Amino acid sequence: MHQTTYHRAQSVEEAANLAQGASDPRYLSGGMTLLPTMKQRLVAPSDLIDLRHVDAMQGVSEEGDMIVIGGATCHNDIATSEILQSKVPGLAYQASHIGDPMVRHMGTIGGSIANNDPAACYPSAMIAMNAVIRTNKREVSAEDFFTGLFDTVLEEGEIVTGVAFQAPEKSGYGKFPNPASRYAMAGVFVAKTADGVRVAVTGAGDDGVFRATGLEDALAGDFSAASLDGKSVDSSNLMGDIHASPEYRAALIVAMAKRAVVLANGGDPDTKAATPAGTAAA
Amino acid sequence: MSEVTLVVNGRKVKRNVEDRTLLVHFLRDELDLTGTHVGCDTTQCGACVVHMDGKAVKSCTVLAAQADGSEVVTIEAANAGYDELHPMQKAFKEYHGLQCGFCTPGMIMAGIDMVRRYGPGNLDEATVRQNLEGNICRCTGYHNIVKAILAASDEMAKSDTRLNEAAE
Repeated sequence: MHQTTYHRAQSVEEAANLAQGASDPRYLSGGMTLLPTMKQRLVAPSDLIDLRHVDAMQGVSEEGDMIVIGGATCHNDIATSEILQSKVPGLAYQASHIGDPMVRHMGTIGGSIANNDPAACYPSAMIAMNAVIRTNKREVSAEDFFTGLFDTVLEEGEIVTGVAFQAPEKSGYGKFPNPASRYAMAGVFVAKTADGVRVAVTGAGDDGVFRATGLEDALAGDFSAASLDGKSVDSSNLMGDIHASPEYRAALIVAMAKRAVVLANGGDPDTKAATPAGTAAA
Repeated sequence: MSEVTLVVNGRKVKRNVEDRTLLVHFLRDELDLTGTHVGCDTTQCGACVVHMDGKAVKSCTVLAAQADGSEVVTIEAANAGYDELHPMQKAFKEYHGLQCGFCTPGMIMAGIDMVRRYGPGNLDEATVRQNLEGNICRCTGYHNIVKAILAASDEMAKSDTRLNEAAE
């Protein structure tokens, strides 16, 4: 790792000011992507501005009918949040399947969203739930926020301070993890609301997260895994690599969408492991 | 350079280190606590797991500066408050949960964290295996590691009043 200068911000304003005064700064949240990237010398920021101690960016809370998650909330706290386990179990399940327990203690939702790794889990939930991404400058709808591989509308120095969304009636997630990296080779989030069903896919699109509108239509009438029998997804815009061809990913998307629907309907799609009790502070 | 102040294994320590110093190197090189191992250096193997403010983290992917102000517990103090060994350490010994032993410090610290998160006695085999995703054993001794963690979890439910109180 190249030399860098570490700063710990106590507030969003302080973080933004620190970034403004630095030559090549990066915000550091959990560091679960940034630090490995720095160790490989793929990036060498002059300054690291730690956001983990910004009080205003912590935890899961409710604002009226909206659920708000602070950007510095770690995956483990999302997985074990009582609010999310009861109202958005699909998101708690998704967070509980990111990385491993140690990674989940450090990695944060804000960091993951800002990085927009094409195989990261959260972008699918944000799009499926029509979430709003909150930054220190504005609010952006998730569909406008994610613009491509590792690309977002974030401008220089802008900070993802949190996300906000209405709890869907039902939510679920299905993920086929790469056996080595545990990143999604196909991850599908389904959200059923009074307005309809939204299905968003991560890990598979060659331009990042996207909505599978064909699957949405199939689920609109009957929200059951059986509604997806015989359905397919166009593979022409899917990623192909040594792990999976576009055609294989297309098949995985349908299979993961079925698992997501089973979970959303209260079933047990794949996991035999217990869920940790809701212990995280709200 | 930054001044980093930590409580490590109950002892307050203060060192001036480069900002890029990783917590694992701080522990090993500055404090001579070499029980915490560097296996992969890429956040995958889990040999470097320590507890930071009561939560298991991979110390090869945390800066010492990030840990400033934290309480860190390493394998050297896993048995603090016990007569001899922590029940997790005893179980690894009893169930032959190690062969070469390189991954063991991380396995023990991850195992203790697992019991803490789920509550003593609340683990089953599938849960243990899923929660070991971030700990790699190159001797492929997972069967006995899983047995050891399950046995320790049950033992802690019976006898470890300290942890039971903490879990409530």
